[in-house]
Amino acid sequence: MYRFALGRLAQAIPVLLMVITVTFFLIHSAPGGPFSADKAVPPEVIKALEEQYNLNQPIWQQYLSYLGDVIQGDFGPSFKYSGRNVNELIAAGLPITAELAFYAMLVALSVGIFAGVGAAMRPNTAQDYIPMTGAMIGICMPSFLLGPLLVLVFGIYLDWLPVSGWGDIPGDKILPSITLGTGYAAYIARLSRGGMLEVLSQDYIRTARAKGLREPIIIIKHALRGGLIPVVAFLGPAFAGLLSGSFVVETIFQIPGLGRFYVQAAFNRDYTLILGMTIFLSTLIILFNLLSDMLAIWLNPKLRQEIKGAN
Amino acid sequence: MNSIETDKGSSLWKDAWIKLSKNRLALLGLGLLVILIVTSLLTPFIAPYGYEAQNLDMGATAPSLQHWLGTDIFGRDMLTRIMYGGRVSLMVGFIATAVALVIGILWGATAGFFGGRLDAIMMRIVDVLYALPFMIFIILLMVVFGRNILLLFFAIGAVEWLTMARIVRSQVMALRNQEFVEAASSLGLSQWTIIRRHIIPNTLGPVIVYTTLTIPSVMLLEAFLSFLGLGIQPPQSSWGLLINYGVETMEEYPWLLIFPGLALSLTLFALNFLGDGLRDALDPRTSKD
Amino acid sequence: MAILEVDGLKVYFHTRNGVVKAVDDVSFSVDSGETLAIVGESGSGKSVTCYSLLDLLPKPPAKIEGGTALFNGKDLLTCTADEMRHHRCNDIAVIFQDPMTSLNPFLTIGEQLIEPLIYHPDKSKIETRSRAKEKAVKLLDEVGIIDPHTRFNCYPHEFSGGMRQRVMIAMALITEPKLLICDEPTTALDVTIQAQILELIKKLQETRNVAVIFISHDLGVVAGIADKIIVMCEGTIRETGVTDAVFYHSTNDYTKKLLDAIPEGAKVLPSRVTSNEPLVEVSNLKTFFKNESGKNDDDRYIKAVNNVSLTIPRGEILGLVGESGSGKSTLGRSILQLAPTTQGSVKFEGKTLTGLSSSELFPWRRKMQMIFQDPYASLNPRMTVFETLSEPLLYHKLATKKTIASQIKQLMDDVGLSQGQLKKYPHEFSGGQRQRIAIGRAIATKPEFIIADEPVSALDVTIQAQILDLILDLVERHNLTMMFISHDLSVVRYICDRVVIMQHGVVVEEGDTEMLWANPQQLYTKDLLAAIPLADPISERSRIAEA
Repeated sequence: MYRFALGRLAQAIPVLLMVITVTFFLIHSAPGGPFSADKAVPPEVIKALEEQYNLNQPIWQQYLSYLGDVIQGDFGPSFKYSGRNVNELIAAGLPITAELAFYAMLVALSVGIFAGVGAAMRPNTAQDYIPMTGAMIGICMPSFLLGPLLVLVFGIYLDWLPVSGWGDIPGDKILPSITLGTGYAAYIARLSRGGMLEVLSQDYIRTARAKGLREPIIIIKHALRGGLIPVVAFLGPAFAGLLSGSFVVETIFQIPGLGRFYVQAAFNRDYTLILGMTIFLSTLIILFNLLSDMLAIWLNPKLRQEIKGAN
Repeated sequence: MNSIETDKGSSLWKDAWIKLSKNRLALLGLGLLVILIVTSLLTPFIAPYGYEAQNLDMGATAPSLQHWLGTDIFGRDMLTRIMYGGRVSLMVGFIATAVALVIGILWGATAGFFGGRLDAIMMRIVDVLYALPFMIFIILLMVVFGRNILLLFFAIGAVEWLTMARIVRSQVMALRNQEFVEAASSLGLSQWTIIRRHIIPNTLGPVIVYTTLTIPSVMLLEAFLSFLGLGIQPPQSSWGLLINYGVETMEEYPWLLIFPGLALSLTLFALNFLGDGLRDALDPRTSKD
Repeated sequence: MAILEVDGLKVYFHTRNGVVKAVDDVSFSVDSGETLAIVGESGSGKSVTCYSLLDLLPKPPAKIEGGTALFNGKDLLTCTADEMRHHRCNDIAVIFQDPMTSLNPFLTIGEQLIEPLIYHPDKSKIETRSRAKEKAVKLLDEVGIIDPHTRFNCYPHEFSGGMRQRVMIAMALITEPKLLICDEPTTALDVTIQAQILELIKKLQETRNVAVIFISHDLGVVAGIADKIIVMCEGTIRETGVTDAVFYHSTNDYTKKLLDAIPEGAKVLPSRVTSNEPLVEVSNLKTFFKNESGKNDDDRYIKAVNNVSLTIPRGEILGLVGESGSGKSTLGRSILQLAPTTQGSVKFEGKTLTGLSSSELFPWRRKMQMIFQDPYASLNPRMTVFETLSEPLLYHKLATKKTIASQIKQLMDDVGLSQGQLKKYPHEFSGGQRQRIAIGRAIATKPEFIIADEPVSALDVTIQAQILDLILDLVERHNLTMMFISHDLSVVRYICDRVVIMQHGVVVEEGDTEMLWANPQQLYTKDLLAAIPLADPISERSRIAEA
């Protein structure tokens, strides 16, 4: 298992390298330099700035030196936030976004699995229809629509919850977490319902019933593991989705996290910040995909042993 | 079914249609979708006001008989704006899905049919691409190359083809080992004939289902980007962009948020219900009883 | 005294297309220590009857519409969920058909074995894990699992099919039930394994004096172990009686039809081989598949066919016999150039086929055809019968637009289907009818050589007899040469002139059918022949007693 994990990790390296390369050259092939948006800057100032950011060197040289810096974990200075470098900005935003993503995932998994498993236990009854209709609404109600509506209802009309910030006022974490988590809760509910229905129709569930086991034990011990493998495999993509979802949610709720930085950087054409954050977020996403893949494999005893055997 | 004279026989397509027509939600979805498409096609002729027609005296009025869905802050009719925005949203949905469909089917069918080393390499590429953070890349593309609608089609299509490729491949792999395909080989049919007569007709079901479910996810992606200001740009409009504008003024004029939101949600509902219905109707496991 | 008395049981399925009377007014009783066999073809309601006793049917669509099932005087059909759990844990256990799918792949077999004990509904009967494990290990030993202590912690996929069924048996017996329901426990297994499992069940039953209900589609399987037999068809009981009476003195038409359908004894038709001119010559054929998970040089390839040579003279029906994994199907496909061969050659009418391109093979394809095992998978579900049958004729230019309709009508006559069904799709036919369509496709090009790969093993026994007769008839009329691949020795003996026995990719023995039966040379052949269950209770009983 250990060696398998290392092997998979090693495979991620060329992918990351590709990401860095593609992003770097994409950014540098952008029409108009990074300072073109600023109005009427004297040429000597531009030249000075270009020197400061190494933009006067040949592109491959810039690439190699950037690659060297990135490998050492240094994403360089920000173009727009003068005096701050990309690492500082990421360090400032990451804890907030991580917390938001964690709560959202918590909402998604607890609500999603509960609703999905419950629905699968009594298919084609109210216990199935009601949560599944809810899940359909959740899927058709994207976060950028749900968020504002929640703000409108709970923040403005009812005035129950704060509508912006993160950790400033008690309760200001509730709406963003729900906004970000709902879509994934809906998706996970559908996935776990499907997975559980599939497993519950298997012969070995009939065997467990014939043995006289109680229904809760059948569900928890015999069905959940197989039924939730699709959910586990979905965790990686869900994580990637949560990160990009945070772009929207952090914008709506004015949360100073990575997502908001990224969107602002995109608008400001802050090339070094975009470059650094793209690489950083990609690394995170690739790692999480890897983790959820391996978890799904580890949950299946047959695959687990094949991996052990191959080592 | 033991009739003596020539029975007409009921193909799987016919069976699926009968089953679909018993699914009220799916029919509702289909109906809504047809209405939407017709409306979008006819928008320039049936829209109550001109697309750019402003009436600053009527700025941000609530829904009324004159303006069914109210007007925006420039006094533009919301119904007209939503109809024009829907044209763009639907167009992105259909064209980007078509791009995904073509790439996905070709890629998946090639890998699945030829198998072996080629398959391993092609699917490894798909696996690698799957792990990439595409949303971030699309944003990057939009930032670097400007917010070009053609680029948007291409970028979204380039993301969505991956799942299609996987679905088609697994279908083709399963079919390739079916005995009726072997029977066709033992008759000496050429590979192209086998693909055309025996493989493609049997992969159509899942492809149709997945296509129906890809359109809403593409539309969602477009709306997401437009909402962030990174997708469709004014003067063009889309539902995501209208929602974005609606959010800015939602405290004073909530209808500017609610109606475009409703339009988007209803469309997604329609497509998802239809997709789910098609999945049930075309699923071979439910077609036997 | 009867331990179980079922009276007037009715189970209906309420489906979209109306009510199906799966079990209709069925009554029987079982005494303790007795074996009752319920025999019937698919759809006879034999499994539904037994599942309804333990409330294992999916409801809906199933609904028990009437009747009683008294277990020691208590009705199983009306008891509460708690009482049912009590019965499942204390009184009645089930062994299911497919040991591959009936064990949970995510849990060790040990965990699954001890579950009934550690979660027992009666507080007083709950065992600790270590006590339960002790019991389980002892029982695993008793059912013939070697090294039970280690195997206790293994997952189901680490066992072969036969071993899994032994685990299932141990699991059923661990609560010391009074009634054991065996639902086709040997149908998914090879014939030699089947014989072992049957002996095991018989032995365990005798030592424990439990009542057994043994469900099977195969009269031969139950002949040696049943005390009483119920014959079911379409949800109703056709005959009930003690075993010997049912086998030797039945007056019931359906029972007689079932017994007649069992292929028995030597071939009915004489061999049509007139000269020694070989039609097919296979020499030193090897077909290897890459094994991706292979660790050393030995496992790098799966040697499906390993150095096989044989010749088939014109007019012969050659039987190719082997158990699962013996490589018999791969050999068939290799001869037809449907599987890539690794080494060796295949000659047809003296022409070497191995190494030809697909266009060079095309004219030869017409002369050799194949009939497949699974009639549900061998027809394209989106093509009508007419399209399926016209494909070979059109691609080999054997028909024109004008003649095709009459040619296809002729084919339909040949395989015994009505012409009114030409526009129908495969899913609208029964398994036997589909197999007729598949045979029609195979003979459409007027081939000289046909490979039939287990053509009847997916069919019910009465249908099987009809299809075998159809095949024999067509071989006669069209002067065919045939290779008949099967795991079922009775069928092979019934229709083949000569037999080749395969095991692990190599030919073990070959010879004329009757000579081989009378005087098998190899141990494996002897084992195979000895394991065939015969529909003859007296000889079966003596065989089990010997073992």
